Amino acid sequence: MLAQRLARPSTFRTLPAFLMMAIVLPLLAGCGYNTIPTAEENAKAAWSEVLNQYQRRADLIPNLVETVKGYASHEKDTLDAVVEARAKATQITVTPETLKDPDALKKFQDAQAGLTSALSRLIAVSEAYPDLKANQNFLALQAQLEGTENRIAVARRDYIQAVRDYNLTLKTFPSVLWATFWFRSNEPFANFTVDEDKMQPPKVDFGTGTKQGG
Amino acid sequence: MRGRWPAGQRGARRNANLNFLALFFLLVLFLPLAALAADLPTLTGRVVDNAGVIDAGTRAALTQKLADFEAKGSDQIVVATIPSLDGEEIEPYANRLFRFWKLGQAKENNGVLLLVAPNDRKMRIEVGYGLEGTLTDLHTKLIIENDMVPAFRAGDFSGGISRAVDDMIMVLNGNPEELEARGKRNQQAPFNSDDLFFALFITVWAVIFFGSIAASILPPIFGQKLGPGRYRWLGMTFEPGRSSSSGSGWSSGSSGGGWSSGGGGGGFSGGGGSSGGGGSSGSW
Repeated sequence: MLAQRLARPSTFRTLPAFLMMAIVLPLLAGCGYNTIPTAEENAKAAWSEVLNQYQRRADLIPNLVETVKGYASHEKDTLDAVVEARAKATQITVTPETLKDPDALKKFQDAQAGLTSALSRLIAVSEAYPDLKANQNFLALQAQLEGTENRIAVARRDYIQAVRDYNLTLKTFPSVLWATFWFRSNEPFANFTVDEDKMQPPKVDFGTGTKQGG
Repeated sequence: MRGRWPAGQRGARRNANLNFLALFFLLVLFLPLAALAADLPTLTGRVVDNAGVIDAGTRAALTQKLADFEAKGSDQIVVATIPSLDGEEIEPYANRLFRFWKLGQAKENNGVLLLVAPNDRKMRIEVGYGLEGTLTDLHTKLIIENDMVPAFRAGDFSGGISRAVDDMIMVLNGNPEELEARGKRNQQAPFNSDDLFFALFITVWAVIFFGSIAASILPPIFGQKLGPGRYRWLGMTFEPGRSSSSGSGWSSGSSGGGWSSGGGGGGFSGGGGSSGGGGSSGSW
């Protein structure tokens, strides 16, 4: 009896609280409470896409190396360099959680750049083998590698844009209030450095381009 | 009186200055926007021949073919030619243009952009996310190398482009079940949203309609009679006779409703798709 009598008023007391929540929560959303988490998730998603495309490139390489080996087995140094650079690049992964660390991103970037240069050397070397250039498998790999390099470029551009948006929300006016009062643990994400970004993606050209482009 | 003349003139001049300033600020405000818009060509149709290399007959045939193909599987293929890339690489330009035009349906990202820049002697087939699995990089490479490069070298832009479009359609037709499923999905999509609208409409209507009926029938049965035609039920006073007359006002207003579906209109526009840089490029 007593418990019932106590319980009933308390439900009545929580009702206004619920109503308050129902009214206030949408207002919070309207005030831009969601801005920072949204931008953060967008940046993370953009990063996942970058990783995805780099992974796609890494997945193409064993096949490419095997194909080149069949025609140009004495280019052992170049082939080994590619395999080694690939191993190094696949070891370093930057999860979305560690994106706040510019050093981790730098390491990742360096490893991928190493793979890029090893690959372009391999491609330059394969210029000298007409049989290789005529190989259907090689042609397919060439098209895929070109496409992947372009996808990497696009994904990086998107990531740069997403991180810029996210970092801006942490520093610019309406949302900076949320950042200071609520999202104190949110830190700006590291972005690709300008040098790396300005660097052109390597010309992955197996010879068809130069043969026909001239 | 006499002293006011110059003052008025000065005021007018100041006003003119202010106007000029306002205009200037407006200009500055919109300049980046205008520059951005001027940067990329507008999507005037399925064949945007800004370089003027496709002859009229081919253009009409291509437009018809591409429209038919979109009607079948909802895939949007657009052919664009631009006079010059202004020093930009064709890959980022094509990607920008693709995203600017939003080719392909929003949920499928099934657009394809065939871009030719005759003065730079470059072409690219940019494939949306959703078609990367069907129209692979290798397919686009082969289409560029086998259809377009030889024709373009011979100066036959119309022939090369229409052959490339035929082959792209052939490749996309190569998986007919998937194509049809995609088409069906995207035909349903607008109907689905209409259905939802309809259901909402019906629900609101039902609540109003049956609510008023309930308000007129239930209180006399379950409620307490207060007087002639007045009942007290659930702590409220009901007057069924009067409330029904106010209810009739509702029914007249209901016939309006925004029933136009989004599909109409003769103009062509992108469906909201995007591209992540799939496809390949070539030069001749």
